Amino acid sequence: MNEPAAQAAGSHDKVIGDVMLDVNAITLRFGGVVALNNISFNVRKHEILAIIGPNGAGKTSMLNVINGFYHPQEGEITFKGNVRSQMRPHIAASQGIARTFQNVALFKGMSTLDNIMSGRLMKMKRNFLWQALHFGPARKEELEHRAFVEKIIDFLEIQSIRKTPVGRLPYGLQKRVELGRALAMEPELLLLDEPMAGMNTEEKEDMCRFILDVNDEFGTTICLIEHDMGVVMDISDRVVVLDYGRKIGDGTPNEVRNNQEVIDAYLGVSHD
Amino acid sequence: MELLQALFVSPFMDMWNEPAFFIETFTKGLLTGVLYSLVALGFVLIFKASGVFNFAQGVMALFAALTLVGLLEFMQGKDMTANHLVGMTVVAAVVAIGMLGLKKVNKISSVQAPYALLGFCAVVGFAWILRTIGLPNYILIPFAIVGTIITMIALAYLIEIAVLRPLVNQELIILFMSTLGLAYVLEGVGDLLWGSDVKILDIGLPTDIYIAEFPFGDVYIEQLDMVAAVVAAAMVIILAIFFNKTRIGRALRAVADDHQAAMSVGIPLKTIWVIVWSVAGIVAMVAGVMWGSSSGVQFSLSLIALKALPVLILGGFTSIPGAIVGGLIIGVSEKLAEVFWYDLHGGAIENWFAYFVALAFLLFRPQGLFGEKIIERI
Amino acid sequence: MFYRESGQFKSSYAKDQAIFPIRQDQIAIVLILAVAFLVVPWFVNDYWSKSVLQPFLVFSIAAIGLNILVGYCGQISLGTGGFMAVGAYASYKIMTSFPDMPIVLVIILSGFCAAGVGILFGLPSLRIKGFYLAVATLASQFFLIWMFNKVPWFHNYTMSQITVPPREFLGVTVTSSSAGPAAQYLFCLGFVVVGAWLAKNLVRGRTGRSWMAIRDMDIAAELIGIRPLQTKLLAFAISSFYIGISGALIFCVYLGTVEASEAFDINQSFLVLFMIIIGGLGSILGSFLGAGFMILMPIVLKNIMVGSFGMAAVTAKHIEISLMGVLIVFFLIVEPHGFARLWQILKEKLRLWPFPY
Repeated sequence: MNEPAAQAAGSHDKVIGDVMLDVNAITLRFGGVVALNNISFNVRKHEILAIIGPNGAGKTSMLNVINGFYHPQEGEITFKGNVRSQMRPHIAASQGIARTFQNVALFKGMSTLDNIMSGRLMKMKRNFLWQALHFGPARKEELEHRAFVEKIIDFLEIQSIRKTPVGRLPYGLQKRVELGRALAMEPELLLLDEPMAGMNTEEKEDMCRFILDVNDEFGTTICLIEHDMGVVMDISDRVVVLDYGRKIGDGTPNEVRNNQEVIDAYLGVSHD
Repeated sequence: MELLQALFVSPFMDMWNEPAFFIETFTKGLLTGVLYSLVALGFVLIFKASGVFNFAQGVMALFAALTLVGLLEFMQGKDMTANHLVGMTVVAAVVAIGMLGLKKVNKISSVQAPYALLGFCAVVGFAWILRTIGLPNYILIPFAIVGTIITMIALAYLIEIAVLRPLVNQELIILFMSTLGLAYVLEGVGDLLWGSDVKILDIGLPTDIYIAEFPFGDVYIEQLDMVAAVVAAAMVIILAIFFNKTRIGRALRAVADDHQAAMSVGIPLKTIWVIVWSVAGIVAMVAGVMWGSSSGVQFSLSLIALKALPVLILGGFTSIPGAIVGGLIIGVSEKLAEVFWYDLHGGAIENWFAYFVALAFLLFRPQGLFGEKIIERI
Repeated sequence: MFYRESGQFKSSYAKDQAIFPIRQDQIAIVLILAVAFLVVPWFVNDYWSKSVLQPFLVFSIAAIGLNILVGYCGQISLGTGGFMAVGAYASYKIMTSFPDMPIVLVIILSGFCAAGVGILFGLPSLRIKGFYLAVATLASQFFLIWMFNKVPWFHNYTMSQITVPPREFLGVTVTSSSAGPAAQYLFCLGFVVVGAWLAKNLVRGRTGRSWMAIRDMDIAAELIGIRPLQTKLLAFAISSFYIGISGALIFCVYLGTVEASEAFDINQSFLVLFMIIIGGLGSILGSFLGAGFMILMPIVLKNIMVGSFGMAAVTAKHIEISLMGVLIVFFLIVEPHGFARLWQILKEKLRLWPFPY
């Protein structure tokens, strides 16, 4: 599949660095339901890691734990050397973790530009009194960030919808704007929750290209959930497989492809 | 120190020293609480079925009580209301016939609106006949109640057609605001129809005081309160059974969960709405009658809706048991605070105290009385 | 034809970010301000100033304040009347305690008092949302009004009614009954213009974006680094600041004598809420349009019914209430997003007129 994506994956020779995020023995329960059972894996700097697994395997819960939205009962997470077991999402955001969502979570009442600008909120320092005057430093700051955001808009090729309220955009473009908002945060770790769900082949190819470019040009580490096996096998450096809250596979796409347990749980059984 | 004493010591000492008075206050609180439950139930039903936070509930109670008194006085032969009433009925009839005519010609008008208006006209017409015959009260009162119920059902039809249907799928706040508009309309129309003077509502409920004798003293309870509590409790039980056990109840719960899914399995959304609003109207009538019997029918009656709101945040907007238990909690705590902590605040706290009880409760249990812990998903 | 932006190219982000990016808008706003400041004061008489212009101006400020909270931050509040009362009573206490303080400072300080109270009553917004919060804000409405009536310190141990002492601004009396209509009008207008300008800047910058993010999807907002606590409380504070200023102006300028339970009762809260819903949630312009509509409509209705048809005042009042309700429902059905949206649609049409294809 995806010719351009495959080529791009082959062309960039990248250096995968040290461990950036270490997930250690995470267990998450909702009442009696065990959503995640003793999960450990790590994400290395500059790699693209895919988390796959059947529906209800706990993939999204895993992302929610990483950026602090769910608080696991056991285990700890080490991000860039800081160990933590519980934290608020906005602190995760300030440490450099950004994400997109399975069901697009854009701010529907705002324009594309404002949505992406909202990704810059943490970088903007002037308080509300300066902004009320819209004068001097606050204005300068606003314009600097606008310039940065315009770069992202150019990168994602969404110049023409800059001022359109995102509620009016088609699904594929909304996904792109959401990626833009995450990129505006200049994250070190980017979590993508099914970035290609519900897209047609062309849109998927575009999205693959953006993901690879982000990884390549900005050096952003990416952790993504995806159901399209072709895409996963093509663009990811490593694959973690979850099934009913357990980890059943971890390795390069080829290793995972040949792992008997994975084939049983996922590729063989649920997709025949 | 003195403050702590007034806050934590002396009220409880008062309660301990005068058990009869404590029981009396407590009972009065419970009996008032039942009425709060009833009004809150009206809110809950409508919110569950149509997602509308119906701020007009209180004015509906006023409107129902006004209609009941107005019909009764009209049939008893008083002239005051006759002029308004006849005028308005003629208008209603003309509008209804006009709409029917339009429907015949153009097929544009909806079906039920004219019939709802004609239903009201029929009620007034029948009342007119009874008025000319001249009958004793014990015949007129049941008719006035039935007439009011018919009027409230007609009202539910009109609301469904004029407000709910055009606003379907709008944001919740828009629907909420539309019920505020509705409250203005009902208030104005009620006053136009029946006049805005304070009316005495007497439908033969007992007004004596019941004395319960205990070894530690006598407890005085107003019989009207007891009747109100019994009627309200009966209504609450009937409604709970109706919405949990019957076919319509199941349809209602389906509608509450997801409008479109309910429609896709063939549940008639509009009918459900009319039923729910009719029931809410009848609930409002009962509350209005009970309240109006003790303090007269006047504008302040519409404020009882505000008393039910803290019950809603305490018990949850969608929980029937929450409304019942919440109403009792609010009723009792309000009466106790009003009576035993009087020195601390100097009275007139009933407007806001209940809100603070509810808020304090929510601080410890954000999901409300019977709500389940919410797992947020994204 | 006249409303065109073609040919107006923006060569910098600064120009694109300006408050009125389109030249026709710039001209229109300058014209409106010129008329409001230079022409109207010459012609305004007592009736127009007291019955139309002053209520319109002071309620515009309240509407802007509530719009910040409800329209931009998505937190429904029914406690507007209570916060207005805080502004009014704060200004009364400050004026009587410090007689030499300039009136403008008094009113701004009253705004700060209201902001403080607003933060306090905004605290529940952290645990509860939506209608639960709306109902909870009623607590502030009822409690504050009760407090101002009950605690004699607030009305200086007199009757619960408070009356404003005369105060001057730039040598002209602006408060109490001895003030002239033009002076009072201009005084209010000044607050409105500055307030609207500051609010517009706030909502189009970082603060406004974080409010709208909380409004549109609070979970996602938190995940991009917005702190819900601070953002919501800031909205409560600024909103209450505006509402407090409006309350102070209602007391000092518009009414002169108020009693908490009458001037600031729950109907006032609903009135302001109607203004922003009919005007348009999340729009500063909408706040003005809504305030104008809700102030003018009863006056017009009353004039038509009593003046033209010669109805009895009581009947006319009842009909007026019903018609208000009918009109509110009507407007919600016709355009749930308010006048601001109608204006926007009109603008889009005008851009293409007369060749829409």
